[in-house]
Amino acid sequence: MILPMKYRVVLRRRFKTGLLFEGVLPVLSVAAALVFAGGALSVFGVSPVATYRAMFRGALGSGYGFSEVVVKTIPLVISGIAVALAFRMKTWNIGAEGQIYLGALASAAMVRYFPSGNQAVMLLTMTVGAALAGGAWGYMAGFMKSRWNVNEVITTLMLNYIGLHLADYFIYGSWRDPSSLGFPMTPPFPPSARLPQFFGTRVHLGIVAAVILVLVFRLVIRWTRWGFEIRAIGDNPRAAVYSGIRYGRNVELVLFISGAIAGLAGMTEIAGLQGRLQPGFSPGYGYTAIIVAWLARLNPWAILVVSFFMGVLLVGGETIQVIMRLPLASVQVIQGCILFSVLGFEFFRNYRVFLVRKESG
Amino acid sequence: MEVLIPILAAAVRSGTPILYATLGEILTERSGVQNLGLEGLMLMGAFMGFSVTHATGNPWLGVIAAFVTGAAISLVHAFLSVSIGANQVVSGLAVAMFGTGASALLGRKMVGLTVTGFGKIPVPVLSGIPVVGPVFFDHDPLVYISYGLAFFLYWFIFHTRPGLNLRAVGESPIVVDAMGLSAARLRYAYTLVGGGLAAVGGSYLSLAYTKMWSEGMSAGRGWIAVALVIFALWNPVRAILGSYLFGGVGAMQLRIQAAGTSFPAPILMMMPYIFTILVLLAISVKKGKGILLGSPGALGVPYSREERT
Repeated sequence: MILPMKYRVVLRRRFKTGLLFEGVLPVLSVAAALVFAGGALSVFGVSPVATYRAMFRGALGSGYGFSEVVVKTIPLVISGIAVALAFRMKTWNIGAEGQIYLGALASAAMVRYFPSGNQAVMLLTMTVGAALAGGAWGYMAGFMKSRWNVNEVITTLMLNYIGLHLADYFIYGSWRDPSSLGFPMTPPFPPSARLPQFFGTRVHLGIVAAVILVLVFRLVIRWTRWGFEIRAIGDNPRAAVYSGIRYGRNVELVLFISGAIAGLAGMTEIAGLQGRLQPGFSPGYGYTAIIVAWLARLNPWAILVVSFFMGVLLVGGETIQVIMRLPLASVQVIQGCILFSVLGFEFFRNYRVFLVRKESG
Repeated sequence: MEVLIPILAAAVRSGTPILYATLGEILTERSGVQNLGLEGLMLMGAFMGFSVTHATGNPWLGVIAAFVTGAAISLVHAFLSVSIGANQVVSGLAVAMFGTGASALLGRKMVGLTVTGFGKIPVPVLSGIPVVGPVFFDHDPLVYISYGLAFFLYWFIFHTRPGLNLRAVGESPIVVDAMGLSAARLRYAYTLVGGGLAAVGGSYLSLAYTKMWSEGMSAGRGWIAVALVIFALWNPVRAILGSYLFGGVGAMQLRIQAAGTSFPAPILMMMPYIFTILVLLAISVKKGKGILLGSPGALGVPYSREERT
């Protein structure tokens, strides 16, 4: 009697990945995520086809939609770089959202207390203020981490909420515009505190800052001593410490710089876009930045691409909110699925899978 | 004292959802897996508990549905953390995002509805004790179950053989494997149960606390629970203390607002978070560099049988 042939799955450790593989894997994992998310949506009683179509049309179906995607890409790239810097050292800055708020808060404070009619001077003070405030927010977590080994995941998370409410305190309190008919928002910024916008769209000067940051990130991580220290700690903290790299100092510094960059995203957002500080001006950019950095595998060029893709999702999310009356949080279903899928596909990065035929009997 | 009693009773009520989530996460982390997604699990639990109760009229079915849902979502986290060895921080965030989004999407037609849910059942005799009675024994059944659960888990973790295995797999999975137990299976099991408990905590919000559903109703409690696990030093009984402390801060906040003082609301809202950081700080400073006595040695570290060293 002939027994049926059987297949056996064999896993082999993968040590090197090719360029093609690096390009194909993220695309595959996102595609799979969209399929999963589509399945989830249909289980939740929403047509995935209609949803995706509406999202696509809203984001990429018109020049306006496209420009709005770019507008959302800007803060995502900046805060994506911010968290990628910390992640490269295996330090978890989950607090970009709070740092964005602090940056915006400090910019608004500069406009309020140190106004200048000179645009260059005003924008420079706002930038410095935003970077310092965001940096301080990150530094607090870094200091507690280096000094007493307090888990930075928790502290940065908590600081998010504190930053958000701190901004509310001023917006609902003494900074509120008396002529805003009771709406919680600061008075509009003077023209000198606004970033120039381009091509008659809402795309603003922040895009230049974003591109510069990508280049600087690449340069610093790849070619400087400090970048080397960050990479060394990220790859093997113990070995790095044994070789004389100071861990504590780097944790403080990296979280400060990371916070400062995220703070900058807050500044460009209100100086380039809203022109005033109002509650909830960031739809979770700081959290989306984590997906961006992770999906991009901390590669600065990939951060640009992934941020754009996330921008499409966010603009698409606003579209389905208007057209299909779905809550804005629906986008988080898709974002969650993307993260799940990317993590799952990591498996194929680490292992090669073979189907081996074997004769049983 | 008379003035304090309602506040303390409110602290217990508002601390109960946090307690369930913290207990769940203690189990998960004791097994060596970290699940940061409690916020999403609580929201899914709140939604599932509410919708099943609304459909059946039986809040107990709602609680069970919440548990099953929480466990089901945690299965994804367990698969990624245990089988794939993926990054647990990122996977936890994915759980939080997915749960937040899915509950908002599913619950959009539930807004504005109410359920009877759980009512107060004073414990005979015990509720008559001055101070202790009204504070601890004049609540709904889910509160009483949470007391029992906390003490049961303490006994389970520290005084039983399966509890020893649980601690062992969190401390050193290779030892558990050598004992002939499956480290992976244990981690799966406790991640599922832990996620289920977090979702039960969420269902307390919609079935006993507010008796309605609203988007994002857990309002950051899930994140606080993650921090509370450290405060509790992975000890279920200490989790009771921590949860009620936070429940108390929340209850005070509502009371101060209701009293109509001019104290700004945003400052009150940030209190629990500032408090969390201070508490973590106090613990970490006290324990010094040999940090966190209860911290499972292999927390967050994936284990693969082929790659043991």
